[in-house]
Amino acid sequence: MIPLLKVDSLKVSIRTDDGTARVLDDVGLTLERGRILGVVGESGCGKSTLIRAIMGILPKGASVDAGHVWFEGENLLVFSEAELNGRIRSSRIGFIPQDPLLALNPVFKVGTQLLEAMRWHAPDDGTRGRERRRRHVERLVGLLRRMQVPDPETALERYPHQFSGGQRQRLLIAASLACAPTLVIADEPTTALDVTTQHQILLLLRELVGEFGLSLLFVTHDFGVVAELCDDLCVIYAGQTVEAGPVQAVLQAPAHPYTRALLACHPDRAASFVGIPGRVPSPLARPAGCQFAARCGEAEPRCREASPPQARARSGADVRCVQYA
Amino acid sequence: MLRFVLRRCALVLPSLLGLLVVTFLLIHAVPSDPAVAMAGDAATPEQIAQLRLQYGLDRPIWEQFAVYVGKVARFDFGESAFSHRPVALDIVQRLPATLELTFASLLLSVLIGVPLGVAAGLKHNTWPDHLLRIFSVLGVAIAAFWFAIMLQLLFAMNLGWLPLRGELSATLSKPPVVTGFLLLDSIVTGRWDAFADGLRHLLLPAVTLALGGLATIVRFTRSGVLDTLQNDFVFYERAVGYRWPRLVWIYVLRNSLTATVTQIGLLFGGLIAGGVVVEAIFDWPGIGSYTVQAILTGDRQVMLAVTLLVGAVYAAVNILVDVAHGLLDPRLMERA
Ligand SMILES: Nc1ncnc2c1ncn2[C@@H]1O[C@H](COP(=O)(O)OP(=O)(O)OP(=O)(O)O)[C@@H](O)[C@H]1O
Ligand SMILES: [Mg+2]
Repeated sequence: MIPLLKVDSLKVSIRTDDGTARVLDDVGLTLERGRILGVVGESGCGKSTLIRAIMGILPKGASVDAGHVWFEGENLLVFSEAELNGRIRSSRIGFIPQDPLLALNPVFKVGTQLLEAMRWHAPDDGTRGRERRRRHVERLVGLLRRMQVPDPETALERYPHQFSGGQRQRLLIAASLACAPTLVIADEPTTALDVTTQHQILLLLRELVGEFGLSLLFVTHDFGVVAELCDDLCVIYAGQTVEAGPVQAVLQAPAHPYTRALLACHPDRAASFVGIPGRVPSPLARPAGCQFAARCGEAEPRCREASPPQARARSGADVRCVQYA
Repeated sequence: MLRFVLRRCALVLPSLLGLLVVTFLLIHAVPSDPAVAMAGDAATPEQIAQLRLQYGLDRPIWEQFAVYVGKVARFDFGESAFSHRPVALDIVQRLPATLELTFASLLLSVLIGVPLGVAAGLKHNTWPDHLLRIFSVLGVAIAAFWFAIMLQLLFAMNLGWLPLRGELSATLSKPPVVTGFLLLDSIVTGRWDAFADGLRHLLLPAVTLALGGLATIVRFTRSGVLDTLQNDFVFYERAVGYRWPRLVWIYVLRNSLTATVTQIGLLFGGLIAGGVVVEAIFDWPGIGSYTVQAILTGDRQVMLAVTLLVGAVYAAVNILVDVAHGLLDPRLMERA
């Protein structure tokens, strides 16, 4: 069966005043139905840009130079804005943003905002007008109750600032499910929350995937979160996928030196990245050869000459490193 | 909501009181003895003393102030030197014309300025945006009286499409007074001929008066929209598939209007000041031309009343602006 989402050698560049930034330089990932794929990478490696490219909302000056985004067998990159709005957003791909306070419009009631998306994208059940809206409210209240938002009946009448951070994220998780999508994309949805709340939200997401028959694309920079939540893992470095495979396999036998370095500096796998000497190359000046070579303890001269090929490690993971070629 | 409005009203009370004190001092400090001034050159000392007694000028200053406040509270501003009628009556009769002109121009500048500002914000740094920027600089820079005369030359003298001045053609009779507002009264009494004619008369002065405000509204709406578009919630709203026109005209615009509303409040002052010039040029029978007459004849009673009126209008507009802010952004209402 074809995977639900497959991103193929995607390249995205952004024109800036300082030159062209090659933000995504050959990213690939595969998300099978019913699974949770964690996308991990340091800040600035292009995770949010990847999500934006999948959803067709790239920033000004950005262009897709190569690649495909296959979603249920269709290439989303050739979709027009109207097609994406009409057939994809909300109705088939739900979105959970990073910071729930910034993502909600501060001057509109929560209900107004959540119902606006449902108005255009909720599945057609034959009802129209007031009756349709009433059903939407009903569905939202049910979802909010499921997300354990207190007072779900009155929540829709309140404004975003009247909720706590964790509650807001629960609201937006409910919103992402409101139109019954098959895929939910989440961009670091727990980074803005404290550790306890973060844990609760992860548990909730894990349950929802089974309950609603979802697939989840989960972006994070935290290996601890990946270990707790995900089935598959995709490690991105400087706009390239460097290692991808099942979470268990990768965590037990990390193949790429970058993945190894990351896990080595954090044996508890709970904290984020510090401790690898050197810096990520700027997207404005990508070196030739392997992007990680300058920081890699195992680098050989050939690493700096040509881009390493995709290879299969013994763990079963796909890895971009000359050691496995 | 009600509490919010009441609080705002309470907040303007001190400034209104200040206004009363300043106007009171204006009459009583210049010239040194009002009784002498009032009595004229040929007056005898007895006559002056008589006047002083009559107007309470021999009382202590705080008592005089109390009397003054009492008069103001009863809208007693004395008699105009040139119309020989109570100033309050003149004002009540002329105020509707001024309000009609002010609101017409405000409406014009908002209805045209807000959409243009949104368009400029969306087309940020493209030629429509540059064109609008040139236009809004011109709008602020052009002197109202020059613009008014140009409009008169073109549309009234050369093309003959619109009347040159006045509020209503001399050939038409005024509609019966119901509210005092000419256009409103024409509608209420079914005088459509007077309504159409009144509109034609209103157009040029309203456009003149709208010009400066229009440019300001375009500028502030543009920058408000640009700011708002930077927000994460705009990305989120696109990601969950809001329709673009509704996203812009409802969800972005409401966030962008705060600065514009503040400007509209400030513009009101400009409209009143500009109204004096425009009313004089177009011979508009409102408070502006009344003020010009008062200044030319040195009628201090009228000037005083107009000053108080403008102050009160300012205070009222301030309250309205605050209420509008509260309606636009519920967080403000809560903080109060
Ligand atoms: N609009 C833009 N203009 C220019 N450069 C951009 C723009 N958006 C992103 N970039 C650059 O692209 C790179 C990737 O950014 P992106 O936001 O995708 O990273 P990220 O992995 O999501 O990081 P974080 O973990 O901090 O969210 C960064 O180097 C960033 O500077
Ligand atoms: Mg990001």
